[in-house]
Amino acid sequence: MPHDHPDHAGISASGHPFRPDNDTPLTYWQRMEVAVRELLIEKGVTTPAEIAAQIDAMDARTPANGARVVARAWTDPAFKARLLADGSAACREMDFDIGALNLVAVENTDDVHNLIVCTLCSCYPRNLLGLPPDWYKTREYRSRAVREPRAVLREFGVELPAQTRVRVHDSTADMRYIVIPARPPGTEGMDSTSLAALVTRDSMIGTGLPRCP
Amino acid sequence: MAERVRVKTWMPPGHVRAPAYLRGKTGVIERALGAFGNPEQLAYGLPAEKQPLYRVRFSMAEVWGAGAEVSDDTLDAEIYGHWLERV
Repeated sequence: MPHDHPDHAGISASGHPFRPDNDTPLTYWQRMEVAVRELLIEKGVTTPAEIAAQIDAMDARTPANGARVVARAWTDPAFKARLLADGSAACREMDFDIGALNLVAVENTDDVHNLIVCTLCSCYPRNLLGLPPDWYKTREYRSRAVREPRAVLREFGVELPAQTRVRVHDSTADMRYIVIPARPPGTEGMDSTSLAALVTRDSMIGTGLPRCP
Repeated sequence: MAERVRVKTWMPPGHVRAPAYLRGKTGVIERALGAFGNPEQLAYGLPAEKQPLYRVRFSMAEVWGAGAEVSDDTLDAEIYGHWLERV
């Protein structure tokens, strides 16, 4: 099972796992980062407040953004067509600040299930889904998702019929990917806000399915 | 008929975005994505020529042979034009 703090190094006297304080010397690249940041501030190129605001903006991105896109695709066929044709343009239409993101949207249907991975590193549509989950960056997920996607999906609780075609997408270069999961049965008549609440992060990576109402 | 291409079998050092497990494998162009700076130059701060980028679709049977889970499942990856040859 996923574990909240996998990097703890010990167990306290009261039995709680802990991570030791980071009293070790800075690494070469940490020193480099501190030096460049301090120089940029000293020279007036940026300010600590601007850096904090940018970190806030990055942390504020959540899968709720992607869920809004999916819910709109479920309720607006013309939007879904535009999303499948040009994912970036369709997201900008919804006023998301997606920066230079080049987005490809792929659609799950009765016949096709899509799964996203980046075997080379950890490419992920952060502007739309926030930070990737830790497992997305592991060597295990990156290597197994392309080699045995159905076994990986089973471990995520997704059992696909044999006749469903699995399409794995390896984000090797400039594109980022979002899965438009199939709209769950029993959601006819729901508005897009209620629908968005059914769209999980994993369902947009392809390792999960949306919730049923 | 979709255009069939093979990924070159080069093994150069550097920041290469054509994954090794696809080199030498044959697929079809799923779509053309436009021109993007070559990461093999961009990564080193060099002036980067634009390369056409394609999404290439491979069958799992082509990539993994008899070891594929399901032969007709597919794997799509983005490959730059200079890594592809027509077959």
